Amino acid sequence: MALIEFQKGGLYVPEADVYIDPWRRVKKALITHGHSDHARWGHHRYVCADSSKAILQHRLGDINIRGVPFGESFLVNGVQFTFYPAGHIVGSAQIKVEYQDEIWVVSGDYKTEDDGISGAFEPVPCDVFITESTFGLPIYTWLDQSIIFDEINQWWATNRDAGVTSILTGYTLGKAQRLLSGLDTSIGPIYTHGAIENMTKVIRSSGVPLPDTIRITPETPKKDLVGAMVVAPPSATGSPWMKRFKTVSIATASGWMQLRGARRRRSVDRGFVLSDHADWHGLNQTIEATGASKIYATHGYTDVFRRWLESKGLEAGVVKTRFEGELAEINEGSEPEEEEQP
Amino acid sequence: MKRFAQLFQSLDQTTKTNQKVAALQQYFSEAPDDDKLWTIALLSHRRPRRSVTISLVREWAAEMAGLPVWLFDESYHIVGDLAETIALVLPKPVKTSERSLTDWIEHVIALKDLEDEQKREGMLEAWRSLNHRERFVFNKLMTGGFRIGVSQKLMTRALGRATGIDENILAHRLMGDWSPQTTTFEELVLQERAADDLSKPYPFYLAYALDVSYEQLGPPADWQAERKWDGIRGQLIKRDGHLFLWSRGEELVTDRFPEFEVLTAFMSDGIVLDGEILPFKDGVPLTFQKLQTRIGRKKVTKRILQEAPLILMAYDLLEHEGEDLRDHPIRHRRRILEEVVQSVNQEVLRLSEIIPFDNWPVLEQERDRSRELFSEGIMLKRLDSTYQSGRKKGDWWKWKIDPLTIDAVMIYAQQGHGRRANLFTDYTFAVWDGDSLVPFAKAYSGLTDAEFREITTFVRRNTLERFGPVRSVQPNLVFEIAFEGIQASKRHKSGVALRFPRMHRWRKDKHPKEANTLHDLMEMLKMYG
Repeated sequence: MALIEFQKGGLYVPEADVYIDPWRRVKKALITHGHSDHARWGHHRYVCADSSKAILQHRLGDINIRGVPFGESFLVNGVQFTFYPAGHIVGSAQIKVEYQDEIWVVSGDYKTEDDGISGAFEPVPCDVFITESTFGLPIYTWLDQSIIFDEINQWWATNRDAGVTSILTGYTLGKAQRLLSGLDTSIGPIYTHGAIENMTKVIRSSGVPLPDTIRITPETPKKDLVGAMVVAPPSATGSPWMKRFKTVSIATASGWMQLRGARRRRSVDRGFVLSDHADWHGLNQTIEATGASKIYATHGYTDVFRRWLESKGLEAGVVKTRFEGELAEINEGSEPEEEEQP
Repeated sequence: MKRFAQLFQSLDQTTKTNQKVAALQQYFSEAPDDDKLWTIALLSHRRPRRSVTISLVREWAAEMAGLPVWLFDESYHIVGDLAETIALVLPKPVKTSERSLTDWIEHVIALKDLEDEQKREGMLEAWRSLNHRERFVFNKLMTGGFRIGVSQKLMTRALGRATGIDENILAHRLMGDWSPQTTTFEELVLQERAADDLSKPYPFYLAYALDVSYEQLGPPADWQAERKWDGIRGQLIKRDGHLFLWSRGEELVTDRFPEFEVLTAFMSDGIVLDGEILPFKDGVPLTFQKLQTRIGRKKVTKRILQEAPLILMAYDLLEHEGEDLRDHPIRHRRRILEEVVQSVNQEVLRLSEIIPFDNWPVLEQERDRSRELFSEGIMLKRLDSTYQSGRKKGDWWKWKIDPLTIDAVMIYAQQGHGRRANLFTDYTFAVWDGDSLVPFAKAYSGLTDAEFREITTFVRRNTLERFGPVRSVQPNLVFEIAFEGIQASKRHKSGVALRFPRMHRWRKDKHPKEANTLHDLMEMLKMYG
């Protein structure tokens, strides 16, 4: 029996009778992070990293949940579990599963660059590594976030000088806070869409330093928004919510913006290449650092990535999951991001 | 190169026309003359000839990136643009370069006659010295079209603003057979033209598709109606003893279509005709397919001349006795045109006939006969209209017949290119032959971006098999395919070839089993083929 089985309902650890990020309702779910394709509604019991707990409670309401500090192991039916930082978003974790001298690691979503708010990723040595491969192609390589934030701030300053409102879109959970952390507050005030303001409040109160933001309400004077920065979820673009702004420049920050075609298709004014997922080099370096002899790719360019790993002499497989990577961030995922608490 | 790469980025970063014009105007005000000239050339599809084959460029890029060729190709399928793929996978540059656009283009041209090893070194040298953006532009020079959402018209407008020269005059000066290697910016753009510029065509006046009901056009007596023919728009020029034939893509095609040579002797000087280049035999037009055998073919054999002889169906006269007539109303131009065609009296030059009508329903009946006359519909021209330049609304309309349609099942999907990269937008459609599906057409236009996104999600979830970039999918989606004509074809499995197929509607209401059959298609072939 494999330590982790790939079942219809999700990644299953039979010895412990627990699931990791399941998409069907189960008794006990270990959750890597708070995005809706990983943390779903309706499980009996949730276990997550400590720093993810408040986020899950905010998103899923009154649930039975336990938070565990990073690096602290716990046993379920004799199987040992440990959460390690995944660097993807605040509270995101990789999950190490150990049983009888065998070690498997489920990466969840991860990025290798330390963004300053999500915890620094560390590769975890293991025998079998179940990795995401959202950007598992050599065309996806990221620049340091400091360079991207310089571009973003410059764009904002130029817009401000022209009396234009800058609207920057990214996931409500994760990308929005990362964007906030990189904005230069000396340029002007930062406004937020309600969904983002709520989530940011939760994350700020858990001790993550984020700049001051102002929630946009129907009462917000229109003239105050001129030249300001507005952080909004991707779904806000093209919605009636946008009507309150006079002249705007809209930008999307996502790994998908790496491709010119994707940028132009979104018909945003600017596309900044900023992803919360590992790039090509990040994936390859991580796999090498884990020392794993068997690799499973869960989502992204899985088939190509598997062939690449095999060509390097690794044993590799593909697992069909319902994880989506950043697709919903450019409105191309199959399910819209949940903006508000159910 | 830095300035040009910056221009490219500015153009690429905006969808707003006035911002594009502003960026171009600034470039044209600041760049050195030779760079400006090359920029005009690139934006008007006058790219230098390819000096290194695509397969070698691909191979060397993969090698420099340390990637197996299959992985490079997979990446290319995703990106949908070779120049961009190369720019994305190459390692960071090791130095910077201050060489100008012209310098780099000359570098590229010079590779042409070198041995492969030297070509390779030339390419690697460029890639080592250019940053990401510059590489992308450089690769575009190497690999193909420079489509960046800037029409020639837009470029001309910006150039007009930067130089203070009237836009229409510029449009005229930029036409024709020139290359940066044979002229200068001063000579092409700035110098006033002497009358010896014999070959210059006028910018074509293009019609819009009729989007109002005919009642709104006013009295029929204000209009002239002709058949709309399915050929290539052409401009025939006779000046000072020389004959020139231009196609609408502003290409000089005189040599390709030798049947018009005879007119040199029969037409007087100072005449410019506008019309349709059509394959025509025994008093009727042949299909566009026949014309296609002529396009792109530089050497013309006797047999081809017999099988697909061409004529010019003339419908307008732009210059007569050396005088520009474009400001005259068409009722006047038409009168002289008739005289000209009559006096030339040659088979290769025919007059587009006027359809008499005194009320709109009569014309509508005429339109309904289009298909049997091998025409695409009706052209309507306001009798008072002058000959304008470019696509202008109001005076000229094309009133096409409704397309033929058939319901088909999508069976293959492939990712698009450019703006549509990363989306599945190119589909193959099939009709039923008993229980099996027979592919008969490919189409990639007619849907909205939102529909393409929805179908992309469907394709990702319903892939059966992959063949390189192509995926076979569950035959679940039904589309109404519209097309302009149908021909028997031995090259196609279905036995038919469609003219200009596109997706008319996504029939979400239809079950795949309700799609049409091969038998239906054959019936259409019998009726319209």
